[in-house]
Amino acid sequence: MSTAGEPSSFVPRPGAAPVQSMLLAQAALEVRMVLRNGEQLLLTLVVPALVLVVFGTVELMDLGGRSERMGYLVPGVLALAVISTAFTGLAIGTGFERRYGALKRLGSTPLPRGALLAAKGLAVLSVEALQVVLVCGLGITLGWEPQGSALGSSLAALVLILAGTAAFASLGLLMAGTLRAEATLAAANLVYLLLLISGGIAVPLDRFPDALRPALELLPAGALAEGLRAVLRDGAGLPLSALLVLAAWATGAGLLAARTFRWE
Amino acid sequence: MSPSPVVEVVDLVKRYAGRTAVDGLSFRVEAGQVTAVLGPNGAGKTTTLETCEGYRRPDSGKVRVLGRDPQRDARELRARVGVMLQAGGVYPSVNAVEMLRHVASLYAHPLEVAGLVERLGLGATGRTPYRRLSGGQQQRLSLAMAVVGRPELVFLDEPTAGLDPQARRATWDLVEEMRRDGVTVVLSTHHMDEAERLADHVVVVDHGRVVAAGSPAELTADGAGGAGDRLRFTARPGLDLASLAAAVPAASRVEEVSPGRYAVHGRVDAHLLADVTAWCAARDVMPEGLSVGHRTLEDVFLELTGTELRS
Repeated sequence: MSTAGEPSSFVPRPGAAPVQSMLLAQAALEVRMVLRNGEQLLLTLVVPALVLVVFGTVELMDLGGRSERMGYLVPGVLALAVISTAFTGLAIGTGFERRYGALKRLGSTPLPRGALLAAKGLAVLSVEALQVVLVCGLGITLGWEPQGSALGSSLAALVLILAGTAAFASLGLLMAGTLRAEATLAAANLVYLLLLISGGIAVPLDRFPDALRPALELLPAGALAEGLRAVLRDGAGLPLSALLVLAAWATGAGLLAARTFRWE
Repeated sequence: MSPSPVVEVVDLVKRYAGRTAVDGLSFRVEAGQVTAVLGPNGAGKTTTLETCEGYRRPDSGKVRVLGRDPQRDARELRARVGVMLQAGGVYPSVNAVEMLRHVASLYAHPLEVAGLVERLGLGATGRTPYRRLSGGQQQRLSLAMAVVGRPELVFLDEPTAGLDPQARRATWDLVEEMRRDGVTVVLSTHHMDEAERLADHVVVVDHGRVVAAGSPAELTADGAGGAGDRLRFTARPGLDLASLAAAVPAASRVEEVSPGRYAVHGRVDAHLLADVTAWCAARDVMPEGLSVGHRTLEDVFLELTGTELRS
């Protein structure tokens, strides 16, 4: 790598690494940073698991028998897992990277911005894969019986999760790219908590007043949870209305984030 | 002087919310040289460097780096130019070696990371995350990140700010070695000794403008700013200047440059020296740091701007 016989030579030899190797290196670093962050891991792995176990084993609400209850809870908790990683985790992490000037500095390396975003996406999806395995495994242990054909339902759920990830990641980056890091930290956690109790995640939408329900269904959390429920509990095909809501949020927030994001 | 400079800044103007940070600034950087942008805090050094680095768009004026436009040709320049920001630039939870390895992985022919880590004394930082490194360690990591990709040009924004003398010397050695190996270096500093020691070319900046430029020898040469030889010393502030002026030849001019720092301008010879020391002895004043001859960059700056470089 360096000139033979002169290991510390600074003789210029500029050049960028191939884009795919930059992307892989960046994605690996992003995953390591997420897994190393204890508080973040608590939020992304422990809280959804805890919601599943507590609401699944303690009769806090009348959700029917055990299998019915898990049929309701697992899709909601999967949605919560997506929110925690793609929105809360991404927003807080990116906010502090901005504050520490890490994004600014990377901007003067050969790493293209598109590759940086793609690396963040890969890191989010890797953590989500871990969460899906954990939540589904825990659900099955607690008596969950997913409905529909295994392949069809899995594919439909995967499409919904990808659309939900795009929507929540756009919202997270919108927040992280404009607010101060501390404000992002507070706001992202607050939104997470609000969505946990209001968005059809743990509490069914039909427990909310009729006037409020259509609005909640248009929120990305409600759309993702209800969409996953339609697929995994009711054995339905890909629910287009939910997909449309998520796509609209992803597009709107994505465009706004691209316009307003400040790298430093 | 090469026909095409490595960096060319012509009439650069940059305003922030009505405040003019850079006000018609021009300078050239020649290939293979170390150029120091010298000035007090708030003079516009960082804004100028960051415009060259492609972070800021000039409000008017022209900036060319390696013959390219830092905004339009950012992609090409990023692979060829190394950047050290004034602060930050690293993920808070990542340790020094990990970050340096990562930055190295973004370049085609990076320097060997282990050697660089050892050179800059970062080996002992181990698994300590960036946010818990000392200011000096953060500074040295930032320097290492600027050079690891083997750039042909590096911008170093106050590379020795907050370093202890030993680390400062290590940074100087590294800059000198880079120059020896053919790297063009542009650094900002508010330390005169740094500019005098390292730079082939010094650009003195104040209030967003260039107030003087040249080699350290040119800038400090007698008469460059209209002043001749001088004798300088420090003592307690508030000595009676009128009395001192009466004790030296009439052609000499006496001033208290800043509290406790005195200068006698004019023909400096053994007689003047004897007059001054005799005057001091009669008042029981010890003239500390008594020196004659060349001005320093600090004197030049003081003359040009009327303010002290280091606040």
